[in-house]
Amino acid sequence: MSDNPFSLWVYLSQSPLLWLTVTLLTYAIADAVSLWTHRHPLANPVLHSMWIIGAFLLLTKTSYTTYFGGAQFVHFLLGPATVALAVPLYENRKLVAAAILPMLVALAVGSITAIVSVVLLAEAAGLPRAIILSLAPKSVTAGVAMGISESLHADPSLTAVSVVLTGIIGAIIVTPLMNRTGITDFRARGFAVGIAAHGIGTARAFQVDAVAGVFAGIAMSLNALVTSLLVPLAVTLLVR
Amino acid sequence: MIASLSLILLCQLTGEVFVRGLGLPMPGPVVGLMLLLLLLLARDRFVVLARGPLQGDGVEGASRGLLAHLSLLFVPAGVGVVQKLDLLAEHGIAILAILAVSVVITLLVTVATFRVANRFLARGQDGP
Repeated sequence: MSDNPFSLWVYLSQSPLLWLTVTLLTYAIADAVSLWTHRHPLANPVLHSMWIIGAFLLLTKTSYTTYFGGAQFVHFLLGPATVALAVPLYENRKLVAAAILPMLVALAVGSITAIVSVVLLAEAAGLPRAIILSLAPKSVTAGVAMGISESLHADPSLTAVSVVLTGIIGAIIVTPLMNRTGITDFRARGFAVGIAAHGIGTARAFQVDAVAGVFAGIAMSLNALVTSLLVPLAVTLLVR
Repeated sequence: MIASLSLILLCQLTGEVFVRGLGLPMPGPVVGLMLLLLLLLARDRFVVLARGPLQGDGVEGASRGLLAHLSLLFVPAGVGVVQKLDLLAEHGIAILAILAVSVVITLLVTVATFRVANRFLARGQDGP
């Protein structure tokens, strides 16, 4: 038994155990709430985990570096999860092969739109150059986007935040938006959300429809490839 | 399970070595993805390869487990928002609005392109 509860806190708040537990527990609760609301878009588990953990860190005056000491074990899995996308791709190879041409066209157009729209809008809003560069790769998965941001000498941590915000916005907006357009082709809907909102959009697509999920996963992995080639080019052409 | 996870990590590692070694401007895990896909396709053609994690739903099961909670993996990066509160106080509204508009445009343009390309190519196949 510790005679001073504060010293126990000092010990635990510096250990990876506490922050890994907080991350998993908060997400588990946020995900249970999302399930309980029948996967309502606004009950997005990433969104709610993010502000709950963020508020907890601010209240306890814990630095992000300390938090990341525990959360890095979860963050690391982004890479293996990207490799794992090979499996849904393999299992649906006939479906994919049948739609390969529309996919490649939509990939090229969608990927360029994602980068050019954000760069032009940010320039029109008069944001500083460093922020524009950090926002440019926002539609690809976190690990890849941070790498691009680094190579542009932008701010990788701001890029990571804008990537997650983009994913959450896409996951919330995609179902109501697509229902309004009347498009029922789940290949096209999934592909669009994978291009615009990477893994968080893909996770949302898997909740809505298995085929949409597969196409979102393919779009996300192809987009990671294309965007890492396109962003440096777009930045040279568009950012003054 | 361990063998399957090792195979996934091995694909990623090979991808990283390949990309860094050749100085290619693409992410290592994406090369790892293509490698795992090639392995799965090769296994169907050459029975010799169907062993260890490449048999009986090994690597497939492990991958499905990883992908089942894909959005959890973005939480640590998202919490990074606490480091950016000053910047967000200044430009937060503009950044959120820009991201939202860009996402809507990207979603609509991509879905429309996919549909148009699909109709165009399908018509090409059905034609006389």
